[in-house]
Amino acid sequence: MGFSSILWQEAIFFKRKFWSITTGSIIAPVLYLIAFGWGLGGGMRIDGTDYINFVIPGIVALTTMTVSFSTIANSINISRMYEKTFEEFMVAPLNMWVYAAGKITAGSFRGLYSGFLILFLAFLFQTGIKINPYFLFILILNCLTFSAIGFIIGIIIKSHADMGKFTSFIITPMAFLCGTFFPLEKMPFILKNIIWLLPLTHTSLGLRSSGEDFYSMLIHPGILLLYFIVASAAGVRLCKKAE
Amino acid sequence: MLVVKDLIKKYGELTAVDNLSLEINRGEFFGLLGPNGAGKTTTIRMINTLTPRTSGLITIDGKSMDRNLTEVKIKIGVVPQHNNLEGEMTAWENLELHGRIYGMPKKARRERIEELLEFTDLTERAADLARTLSGGMKRKLMIARALMHKPELLLLDEPTVGLDAAVRRKMWDLLKNLSSSGLTVLLTTHYIEEAEILCHRVGLMNRGRLIELDTPKNLIEKVGKVVVEYFDNEGTKGEFFETREDALAYAAGRQGNVKIRSSNLEDIFIKLTNRRVED
Repeated sequence: MGFSSILWQEAIFFKRKFWSITTGSIIAPVLYLIAFGWGLGGGMRIDGTDYINFVIPGIVALTTMTVSFSTIANSINISRMYEKTFEEFMVAPLNMWVYAAGKITAGSFRGLYSGFLILFLAFLFQTGIKINPYFLFILILNCLTFSAIGFIIGIIIKSHADMGKFTSFIITPMAFLCGTFFPLEKMPFILKNIIWLLPLTHTSLGLRSSGEDFYSMLIHPGILLLYFIVASAAGVRLCKKAE
Repeated sequence: MLVVKDLIKKYGELTAVDNLSLEINRGEFFGLLGPNGAGKTTTIRMINTLTPRTSGLITIDGKSMDRNLTEVKIKIGVVPQHNNLEGEMTAWENLELHGRIYGMPKKARRERIEELLEFTDLTERAADLARTLSGGMKRKLMIARALMHKPELLLLDEPTVGLDAAVRRKMWDLLKNLSSSGLTVLLTTHYIEEAEILCHRVGLMNRGRLIELDTPKNLIEKVGKVVVEYFDNEGTKGEFFETREDALAYAAGRQGNVKIRSSNLEDIFIKLTNRRVED
């Protein structure tokens, strides 16, 4: 019951702020598409495909990451520190696993929504991007993972300024370096190996994985799943200590 | 109903609540009265599980909070000092969310929401966003929300703080109605009149300690029903008397500005602590 209550609450917010959420989710990706896809990358080919088809999975990866992350991190941070609505859940007979599951799922839905908006645009402009069940599986895992990381950050940060710092030092570098706009092979050796360990790298690689061997196709969801499980467990643990 | 035994809360070197013990009976309206920083809110936050205890026991209906947390939480309704409504949800939706979290069936939720909106006089504002309600309406909605799942113990932390005098009086009427319904209520306040009007018994708190506990009437009688207030070089002082006649006789012998009035809980607090409750 608690799980569905949290989803119901998020659905109310989504309905009430539909246009601001929709426009907010689409502005940055559209700018990336224009600037990098059609502007800088116009006529360019990477890995045997048009750059636009290379960059769209990257834009989907980074957009779903930022939306899933910031939706939950901001929501929890504000409810804890400013609106104090977090307390309403803390005094209720609600298991923290259920609370975390509800919030993380809600954040994932928002991430998926922003991802589907970009894919809709990609189809509208007939870019030729291909989507298969593996693509959707990776997309869902990416949303869950960053929603869970957003949950942790929402719980542990002490002020809204800390949120800005985390976004500047962790989320933004990942958004640009994890194989989103250019192949990982172009990075220096050491940096490439560090970046390979980051979850967004496996989303970018996974979303473009057609033609990879079976082992590689297992690695990407495996690493994302690992991040998701660790982040969720840590989130629940921290949640119990938060108040 | 509620038993608190040897409750202690320490923040480093600071002891916010110091060995507090009290028992609240079923159906009782119990007040914790004290100035800001007396430990009232910390006490209520330990009872509603938001703040962990350093030590001590809390039981509700004989059930220990340590062993039966979920069962105990269902019995409690909480109205915090600050507004924690979902501002972007309507009054109805705020109550609906609470009912859903507590697992109430759909029909029971709807009936309870209608009943509580009527009780708090908010029926006509049911579809308005919580953030658009006035301060008094928000407080009433918070009370309605806390009552939504039919708790047996209602914790009210400074429910009228920040409200103007007229709204505060209306809120007291609402709280009196709650009391007459047989609900057990624990209220914290630093308003003397609020404690005197609403509470069957009052615990006076100062610097984390419970310094006196009794009915308002008995507390007042302990120091004397009538006080003679006078002013000297050291400020306002008071002398307590059993009867108005004794007070008049004393006042007649004093020079300068003298005032005779009935004693109240503030007088007792000052006598015991040399502090004002509304400090």
